[in-house]
Amino acid sequence: MSNSRFTSILKLSFLSVVLAFTGNVSADPVKAAFVYIGPTGDHGWTYAHDEGVKYAKEKLGDDVIMTTIESVAENSDSERVITSLARKNDIVFTTSFGYMNPTVKVAGRYPDVKFEHATGYIRPDNVSTYSARFYEGRHVIGKIAGRMTKSNVIGYIASFPIPEVIRGINSAFLAARSVNPDVQIKVVWVYTWYDPGKEADAANALIAQGADILMQHTDSTAAMTVAEEKGIHAFGQASNMREWGPNAQLTGIINDWGPYYADRIAAVRDGTWASTDTFAGVQQGMVKFAPMANMPTDVKNEAMQTIIDLSMGAIHPFTGPINKQDGSPWLAEGETPPNFPDLLTMDFYVEGIDSKYPN
Amino acid sequence: MNESLFINIIIGISIASTPLIFAAIGELLVERSGVLNLGVEGMMIVGALLGFIVQFHTGSPLLAVLAALLGGMAISSIFAFLTQFLLTNQVATGLALTLFGLGFSAFAGRGYTEETIVLIKAIHIPFLSEIPFVGPLIFSLNPLVYLAFLMVFLVWWFLFKTKQGLILRSIGDNHDAAHAIGHNVVRYRFMAILFGGAMAGLGGAFLSLVQVPIWGEEMTAGRGWIALGLVVFASWQPFRVILGAILFGGITVLQLHAQGFDIRISAQYLSMLPYLATIIILVSLRIRLKNKTNRTVPNCLGRIFHSTS
Amino acid sequence: MIKLIPRVENSKAMVLLSPLLALTLTAVSALIIFIFILDDIKVSSVFFTLFVLPLTDSYLFPELLVKAAPLMIIGLGLSIGFRAGIWNIGAEGQYVIGGITGGAVGLYFYNVEGFWLLPLMALAAIVGGMLYASIAAFLRIRYQVNEILVTLMLTYVAVLLLSAMLQGPLRNPAGFNFPESRMFHDSALLPIIWEGTRLHIGFILAIILSFVGWFGIKKHMFGMQIKISGSAPRAAKFAGFDDNKTVWYSLLISGGLAGLAGFFEASGPAGQLTPGLPQFYGFTAIIVAFLARLHPIGILFSSLLIALSYVGGEEVQIEYNLPSSITQIFQGMLLFYFLACDILIRYKVVFNKTKN
Repeated sequence: MSNSRFTSILKLSFLSVVLAFTGNVSADPVKAAFVYIGPTGDHGWTYAHDEGVKYAKEKLGDDVIMTTIESVAENSDSERVITSLARKNDIVFTTSFGYMNPTVKVAGRYPDVKFEHATGYIRPDNVSTYSARFYEGRHVIGKIAGRMTKSNVIGYIASFPIPEVIRGINSAFLAARSVNPDVQIKVVWVYTWYDPGKEADAANALIAQGADILMQHTDSTAAMTVAEEKGIHAFGQASNMREWGPNAQLTGIINDWGPYYADRIAAVRDGTWASTDTFAGVQQGMVKFAPMANMPTDVKNEAMQTIIDLSMGAIHPFTGPINKQDGSPWLAEGETPPNFPDLLTMDFYVEGIDSKYPN
Repeated sequence: MNESLFINIIIGISIASTPLIFAAIGELLVERSGVLNLGVEGMMIVGALLGFIVQFHTGSPLLAVLAALLGGMAISSIFAFLTQFLLTNQVATGLALTLFGLGFSAFAGRGYTEETIVLIKAIHIPFLSEIPFVGPLIFSLNPLVYLAFLMVFLVWWFLFKTKQGLILRSIGDNHDAAHAIGHNVVRYRFMAILFGGAMAGLGGAFLSLVQVPIWGEEMTAGRGWIALGLVVFASWQPFRVILGAILFGGITVLQLHAQGFDIRISAQYLSMLPYLATIIILVSLRIRLKNKTNRTVPNCLGRIFHSTS
Repeated sequence: MIKLIPRVENSKAMVLLSPLLALTLTAVSALIIFIFILDDIKVSSVFFTLFVLPLTDSYLFPELLVKAAPLMIIGLGLSIGFRAGIWNIGAEGQYVIGGITGGAVGLYFYNVEGFWLLPLMALAAIVGGMLYASIAAFLRIRYQVNEILVTLMLTYVAVLLLSAMLQGPLRNPAGFNFPESRMFHDSALLPIIWEGTRLHIGFILAIILSFVGWFGIKKHMFGMQIKISGSAPRAAKFAGFDDNKTVWYSLLISGGLAGLAGFFEASGPAGQLTPGLPQFYGFTAIIVAFLARLHPIGILFSSLLIALSYVGGEEVQIEYNLPSSITQIFQGMLLFYFLACDILIRYKVVFNKTKN
């Protein structure tokens, strides 16, 4: 055998061995698509997902081609959008609950395409679900709010009475109460995820009724601007809203989807993707916080410690004894709730909240 | 209810109603001339964007308000040109204007969603605002609120105290007769439409310059449509626009407060109140004023004017 | 000086040419916009995706038809009222109510199979839409309250009612407390007429209704009533036509048809009741009706055109990463040009030298 031939065979063998070990070596980049419910300019929910996409793109570089489409309404049109994306992509992320049934339908027709549905609960073989334990974030800001309020009224601008929002209210309240037994929480339902004018109106109404700290589960920066103008405090939602509230923002809950997205796309690239359910929080780095500001050092230290405790899994925001609003028992001493049904279908206020539960 | 909460509520109502007052009074003039412009929402959002952009770049509220005004006028001129010169159907053209306005503003505003501006603040009229109770309530509002009230007065004055106003109304009632007399129907309507655009632009600018110092696509959230309804509610009478806007804005704000007070009605049903109240109150007004001559629809509303000379 | 001289009768040639001219103008405008905002994308491929792809692609074409169906049905109903000068701006609300009533019947008989269920649901939807629209008719006749206000306000009420229903009585008990209804069972879903797509029987019904509407307006006395009432109300009164009856018929028909469309949406592509039921079909249908100059057969085509702009626009967004506002701008422009070019059908453009 000649030298060059020998070298070629050697190279070929080496390559085969490498291929055998790495399995599905794809030279083609993974094509990933994201369906957004709102505009990236909302600086809230969709903005956070888009930041995650940017992070993943930077991390994976040429291994991925990203496609995003904004403002896809949660109606029968979404099925068409998801289908169009499924025809051209390897993995499709649908970032809102209302896409659940369309996602599952399309997943059924495209078994080779992977789907990731945010905040959902149906998982065929090619669909994963993922969500973040935002209530852990609420736990931290609840404590801060409990300490910082002077009027003992926390104003909460809520969107829709779905379990995720209810979890947030309950968690914030319990945390605030734990450091301030006199604190109360007032909730106003605006029935929209994004309407700056209405959110501002709600903020003003809450302030007029005595709230000196604002929390929100809506997507715009309106409430933060109102807080800034009125000289009170507020928390950023889904992103750092410091720019709209330099003096008002104490901190903000930041949804950090980037690492998750990078992981899932890499899994497709490496052929290791499987249907999973992810319900991650501070410990896994999915819930982060904007820098603490506008608060005294001791409050800041307590907050930081709480974050550390959460990240080590040392505490659970819902730890008994906790009763429901009607007095019936929910969690016994030291007990923490299972994800399902307690957390995922939460439809009650905890004891101590004055507001009427919507419905 | 303590005094400061009461004042807060009043101020909140003024903020919620003013965009409606601007947009509705503009549309009222347009409809009085016989034109139905369904593009109010599109014109408002353009005003909101332009006001925001100019305020952001120049920091001058005056320029910003002017920009919003001109922007509303500019986009309404498309409608004016199509309906008055090309004789297109007003309903369809107005809807197209809304569609275009929403899309255009969303697209043009893409670079501004991360920005914030300085709001136009309320003013305190010297002396008068010191009067206990009444002072903070009436004399310490935002300058644009006062401007809105002024515009309503001016529109009333124009329509009922000037010759041109009379002509405009006659055009709205019978454009063929008005034309036969020699009035320039097209010119009056064109100017009315531009005015409507300017007012809608102002109404939109109020949102981004006074209520919340941010820009977001579709932030008008349907207020243009409410304004259209309010013109009907007002039975095309200028001062009733204020009544309607305060009623609507007021109930919207109050239902938010009611939730804070913990009124035991589901929030969706509370949210229905402004819309239902608008209808119910108009009906009861009609019942009460049954024997008086009721302002009804300007006869030529929505009909295309074909001049044959 | 450009003058517009009314033609003796509508130019037949222009009926075909003016839409083409409008499309061309839109294309040119879009071209100019795209050249500014698209750096390295071939404009011709954008146009292809926008206009041609939805017609040729095996997935998109049936979707186009699915989207056109509700526009057709609602547009048909609206056109009848618009001819008489009755401005039902709130078809969206009647559509939602129809969805609620039709869907509620389907959910009431959950898991009960039978051929009778769908017609029953359709009936409930039509009646629901009619009743809702009748509020406007009643208030107009009794208290001279303009239907623009009533139908518009009631639209908001209907959407809130949907939300309340989905939070309460119609909510899926096994749905993690999210405001959605159960997925409809088989007997409550519209049969699919094109295997493998979402094209359901509602589309065929829409076409049939268009022809029925056309026939009705042409032949039936009521149609004549409407034609005349719209153009000359006083003459209509002299001829003995009952203005009140026209109001009732117009609103009931448009309300009933809008309600039917709501049911088609819920039992068709959606397969359940969700807060996403309202999709502005009620407003878009107004555009559809006027583009077709209120002619039932024209509505057939204009609904397809509008649906095309939605489906094609969506594809362009996906393919070229363009924002959704581009589609809106494009649709607005298309409409403007269509409406503008329409004048060429009724008027002749004459260039006069200004006389001294």
